[in-house]
Amino acid sequence: MREVDLAVVGAGPAGLTAAIEGTKRGCRTVVLDMNPRPGGQLIKQIHKFFGSREHRAGTRGIEIADSLFHEAASAGVEVMVEAEVYAIHDSTLEVVAQTNEDSLVLLSEEATTSRSRPLSIAARRIILATGGAENALNFAGWTLPGIMGAGAAQTMINLWRVLPGKKILMVGAGNVGLIISYQLIQAGGEMVAVIEATSRIGGYGVHAAKISRAGVPILTSHTIVSASGESRVERAVIAKVDASWRIVSGSEQELEVDTICIAVGLHPNARLASLAGCELCYSPGLGGWVPIHNSRMETTVSGIYIAGDLSGVEEASTALEEGRLAGICAAASLGKERAGDHDEIKAIEGRLLGLRSGPFCQHRQDAKQELIGIGEAQCPKQ
Amino acid sequence: MSQAIESPSYPSQQELRNAPGYPSRKRLEKGPVVAIECIEEIPCNPCEQACPQHAITIGEPITNCPHLDEDKCIGCGLCVSQCPGLAIFLIDLTHSQGSASVAFPHEYLPLPGKGQTVRAVNRAGEPICSATVVRVQNPKTNGQTPVVTVAVPRKYATEVRGILRPGR
Amino acid sequence: MRVVHHPILGDLPKVQQVRIWVDGKEITARKGEPIAAAIAAAGIKIHRYTTKREEPRGVFCSIGQCTDCVMIVNGVPNVRTCITPVTEGITVETQHGAGRGGR
Repeated sequence: MREVDLAVVGAGPAGLTAAIEGTKRGCRTVVLDMNPRPGGQLIKQIHKFFGSREHRAGTRGIEIADSLFHEAASAGVEVMVEAEVYAIHDSTLEVVAQTNEDSLVLLSEEATTSRSRPLSIAARRIILATGGAENALNFAGWTLPGIMGAGAAQTMINLWRVLPGKKILMVGAGNVGLIISYQLIQAGGEMVAVIEATSRIGGYGVHAAKISRAGVPILTSHTIVSASGESRVERAVIAKVDASWRIVSGSEQELEVDTICIAVGLHPNARLASLAGCELCYSPGLGGWVPIHNSRMETTVSGIYIAGDLSGVEEASTALEEGRLAGICAAASLGKERAGDHDEIKAIEGRLLGLRSGPFCQHRQDAKQELIGIGEAQCPKQ
Repeated sequence: MSQAIESPSYPSQQELRNAPGYPSRKRLEKGPVVAIECIEEIPCNPCEQACPQHAITIGEPITNCPHLDEDKCIGCGLCVSQCPGLAIFLIDLTHSQGSASVAFPHEYLPLPGKGQTVRAVNRAGEPICSATVVRVQNPKTNGQTPVVTVAVPRKYATEVRGILRPGR
Repeated sequence: MRVVHHPILGDLPKVQQVRIWVDGKEITARKGEPIAAAIAAAGIKIHRYTTKREEPRGVFCSIGQCTDCVMIVNGVPNVRTCITPVTEGITVETQHGAGRGGR
């Protein structure tokens, strides 16, 4: 059995910064990611980030990912891709990993498709950074091929370099819906409309303005009634909703679309955390069920920490900072702190506060504060 | 805001006139100046550092709306490609007799060519006039945000914010 | 529908081609890409049919979380095509139900 000081699950921005900080403080670290490439969602963000200069504003997400990989490589962080953690028990992670192409291991009497092998890793500390997952939306025809999460469309155009379809409807006008609509246009798709069930556009006005001048109608107070087609999406019916969310009869419109993207929010991807025994609590401001954590990012299970969207759906910038915090605190709990860690933690907390300020972010700050308050009471004391 | 518009998906004329980043009519008449159409308190400040004349101020907290000192602005347009929200436009009402120029960020392919005739669109994406492409700039320092300048009839300068892409 | 030219990502880089077989048809894939990418590029949207109502399903999450994209690969069912890279000569089949001898 492999033994490490620190096992990090997820090689997105939070996981990588956590691993970097842990490794810099002398932890034997391994990062495990089930995807073929590291970087989480960062490698799909081709737009320029907002924020302040210290948070690399004006830099595209993909460039931030590149410099993060470089930093991780320089720090000597080991990253295993195509390695999926399917269970955690007694400080041990059970992983399905891939071998080299020339060695094939049989898991049962049937051969697996590729070169999978089981792997157990004993870790003194674990940081879960499994990110967020897209919410689904239930409407007649919602399972038809061609209906996908907005993030899935983004994966397709920016990673796979394939357009999901030609005539696209976006459901949801938060930042995800608006930004991905823009990226779909850049990839050559036609955005038939963006619809938003509430009466206001939830995302930034500048994102909405960008696609408006590209000719994309943004229809607030509109919902999707149904999708239909012969084995795939061919059309959608949308309609206006009143203040009580009831469909305004007679307002139905049929749109010819071959793709429908659902951008109705993300929730923390907390399945593994829950399997590992972490207590969850329901926080609408953070996206739903979220593992309880304290100010040191430790959960209710001693030795298991979390960071990034798993600890509450926010942004890449908060993920980078929380990852650093979790990495530093996990290392410190092993006696591996560095001089200046106390100040560095204060600086991270200050930056997190700044990232959670302003009218668009206050609800996250409030929700985080509440969660950490619960965590201080329920999570292990230092 | 007209009744036909379902939602305020772009700023209204009123909101722009009141915006700290929008130049006065008087300043517009004098020569090239930028219009910063960013009116929400979002955490973002690259424009502040982009201006060599220090004509753009955000300060602290960085959620402040950008303020344009229209007298300091020399209309160089360096900020146009630096705004992550693609919300800055360079307007020159003095471009030529009867014609104004509008420069806007354009992150699409194909890029138009200098001298090409195109259809210019307003904030709602509606084509409102014919335009001639004056220049297309895409130096490395733009960070892959090309800036297209078009010449339009003067009266459309405060409306034109982009061009129709081929095939639309 | 490959995105060949992109204003930010640039031109699609040339990579080694890989041949895979999807329901008996030869499809050209790009080395290293997920099976679902090659299938989507070939215009195929249906990956499987559900057990009870035999309804078509395709890519939904693209990151290995939802299992809507599973297909039978080299005879093995329930393979998440969105996170499984192509390899030369693999056979990929539309999965019906659980993919085991007649559901």
